[in-house]
Amino acid sequence: MQNSKHGVLLNIRDLRIEGRSGEDWTEIVHGVDLTLRRGEVMGLIGESGAGKSTIGLAAMGYARDGCRISGGKIEFDGMDLTTTPQDDLRALRGSRIAYVAQSAAASFNPSHRLIDQHTEGPMLHGISSREESEKDAIELYRRLRLPNPDEIGFRYPHQVSGGQLQRAMTAMVMSCRPDLIIFDEPTTALDVTTQIEVLASIRDIVDQFDTAALYITHDLAVVAQMADRIKVLLKGDEVEEAETREMLESPKQDYTKSLWAVRSFERPQKPPAPADAVPVVSVKNISAAYGETPVLFDVSFDIHAGRTVAVVGESGSGKSTAARCITGLLPPSSGEVMFDGEVLPADFRNRNREQLRQAQMIYQMADTALNPKKRIGEIISRPVQFYLGLKGAALKQRVDQLLDQIELEPSQYYHRYPSELSGGQKQRIGIARALAAEPKFIICDEVTSALDQLVAEGILKLLDRLQEELNLAYMFITHDLATVRSIADEVVVMRQGKVVEAGPKDVMFKPPHHPYTDLLLSSVPEMDPDWLTNLLEERGADNIGEAADV
Amino acid sequence: MNGLAMLMAKRIGLGLITLFAVSVIIFAALELMPGDLAEQVLGQSATPETVAQFRKELGLDKAPHIRYFDWLGGALQGDFGVSLANKRSVADQLAPRFANTLFLAALAAAISVPLALTLGVLAALYRNSIFDRVANVSTLTSISSPEFFLGYVLILFLAVKNPIFPSISNISPNADFMEQLYRTMLPAITLTLVVTAHMMRMTRAAIINLLASPYIEMARLKGVPRWRVIVRHALVNALAPIINVVALNLAYLITGVVLVEVVFVYPGVGQLLVDSVSKRDLPVVQACCLIFAATYVLLNLLADVGSILSNPRLRHPR
Repeated sequence: MQNSKHGVLLNIRDLRIEGRSGEDWTEIVHGVDLTLRRGEVMGLIGESGAGKSTIGLAAMGYARDGCRISGGKIEFDGMDLTTTPQDDLRALRGSRIAYVAQSAAASFNPSHRLIDQHTEGPMLHGISSREESEKDAIELYRRLRLPNPDEIGFRYPHQVSGGQLQRAMTAMVMSCRPDLIIFDEPTTALDVTTQIEVLASIRDIVDQFDTAALYITHDLAVVAQMADRIKVLLKGDEVEEAETREMLESPKQDYTKSLWAVRSFERPQKPPAPADAVPVVSVKNISAAYGETPVLFDVSFDIHAGRTVAVVGESGSGKSTAARCITGLLPPSSGEVMFDGEVLPADFRNRNREQLRQAQMIYQMADTALNPKKRIGEIISRPVQFYLGLKGAALKQRVDQLLDQIELEPSQYYHRYPSELSGGQKQRIGIARALAAEPKFIICDEVTSALDQLVAEGILKLLDRLQEELNLAYMFITHDLATVRSIADEVVVMRQGKVVEAGPKDVMFKPPHHPYTDLLLSSVPEMDPDWLTNLLEERGADNIGEAADV
Repeated sequence: MNGLAMLMAKRIGLGLITLFAVSVIIFAALELMPGDLAEQVLGQSATPETVAQFRKELGLDKAPHIRYFDWLGGALQGDFGVSLANKRSVADQLAPRFANTLFLAALAAAISVPLALTLGVLAALYRNSIFDRVANVSTLTSISSPEFFLGYVLILFLAVKNPIFPSISNISPNADFMEQLYRTMLPAITLTLVVTAHMMRMTRAAIINLLASPYIEMARLKGVPRWRVIVRHALVNALAPIINVVALNLAYLITGVVLVEVVFVYPGVGQLLVDSVSKRDLPVVQACCLIFAATYVLLNLLADVGSILSNPRLRHPR
């Protein structure tokens, strides 16, 4: 990725963007400068709310509904996009500046075949005929190492896997050979093994066509692989910008340093429970099916009091299904779930209130798991009333105590609605609601996946502290191995509904591994900018995709 | 394709069961009416012997379930019995009327469906503009006014003050197509005014609902023009709810025309139904109800099939 011999392609000066809240407009991007040369890849990183995507879209002269570009200049190849008429902007979009969205699954139109969506751009922009464009699409599919490049384009989006869709989308934005591509978190929704393949494809294609790119992500390790330079953003302001290596080795600003430090949180692993201890939860040989389709095969593991068992695997591996079996939402077709040495009824409808109280759940999307029409106080009161029968002053006191436990000031938060809280705060409410039942066991289903790294770290520390204080047993479902490293005592690796490997964390993270565990571990991006290159060499270019798509 | 065929077979099966249930209800409802046909026809002065004799003639002395299956069996073969009023076969009486009703409904549909879809797409395209508001307000006004009132207003303006169309839609069986079209125009316009608002607003809402989808943003960022975003990227995915509303309104065009037919003295099933009810001509009423029910079931069935077919996941399984 050379850049010295090329001129400036994108020159953003003092960009200001406003967002509407109610009737008022508030500034959300406060005068950001950005210079991108032809063929150069710049990484934009920051937490949610940093304005990364908003700036990325502004580079196309586009503002989402409820946003407007209120000041500054966006010069693309000499044109100021803030003053360009809509029709000219439209001619530019897709043909010279293209956009890759976070979720290809949601960004492909479900009603049209991939190739029809691919050829739409070149045909509309008058760049090539349908036949030429189709031929080019197939060639691009081949270059992006999609399986069956000759026929995959003739499928509908739902007939293609997530990683393949993301590559098909990269192919689609290449259809007009744009000068600039905005990649907006293109691998965030993917599993680690799939992510590698997509990262490698994107890097290859950007290199081959010498395309400039803005690469937006919150994942530092990913941006380290992709970008020539990195710009760090915080709440609509630039923090600092530097060459990738320089930025990684010696970040100057405190905020950047704090971002870099997140991955270091790791609590000491607890010793294994004594051999004669009765596990809080014991899953014994459960198999389960959705309708006719079997999804879990003979899964067993134990979770002891005060311990965290991390259940790891890619999407579709059966992690969440195992949790549904434990909670009784999905009665297993065979096998049983024991709680404190007693067999639990398979269906939650047959469990008594005491049995239900003991196992609680915290969900991935705190946004949708909290009733938006209820105040925080009501949300937390409900399980206290239901399970413990507290009323009046005792109830209020207990809720205040719970809010204290999750480090939110009761007087400030009791009367608020979920929509008035940040993502991390909402997740804390989710935790308080689970604690309200005074359970022994909590299932944490990807509780940090939707959060920024700094916020996620706060949640992990909170969960850890609560475990210390209350001797809770956690089942921690995650696909993120960094999270496993920081919080787990034991690890269960699942794949395609089966337990592949299980054991204490220190053993699991040390070789020799089961080949699948090895693949998972080696697929987690590292901060080293050469990591991807080295890994691809090690694995050989031919078989990187196979693990992801089987 | 197997899953799709199964799904369709299930829907069609359910439709048949519904129709069967409806026929039972219609039969039972008329059975519950006080007195029977023989008493009504012969009047109060008839002797019990003549009534009994007449019952036997009509087959009314048999058990209800036997009469029901006789009636159903006949209905399935197109024989709805004999009219009490004029002793003519119900089917013969009904067939030309039903054809007229279908013609009116088809004409109204041919005007209203394209009009509603176009207005809906345009309203979504220029949402919150003057056009959107005018379209909304005028269609809402027309749906809020009773249809007989709309009919008379149309007669006033299009037949009396500006004699463009005839105010009475009497159709002779040997009128040619253009003549029939001309005479049916006013009731068709009245019906159009009644059904357009619903379909238009659903089209607009279903499209706008999708405009926040990532794939719509993607289409915009590909440089796709606005109208094409709406028609090619939003409308195709909004078809399921639109199809359902269109089907409901089409059913209304056939079954809800009673008032309009009366206003315009249009010789359709609605008029026949009203006449027969006032004459207590039960076999005709039964037949009309069954036809209306069958229309509803059939159109809803078509809507279901249409929505299923509009879903690419069902059309193209993995």
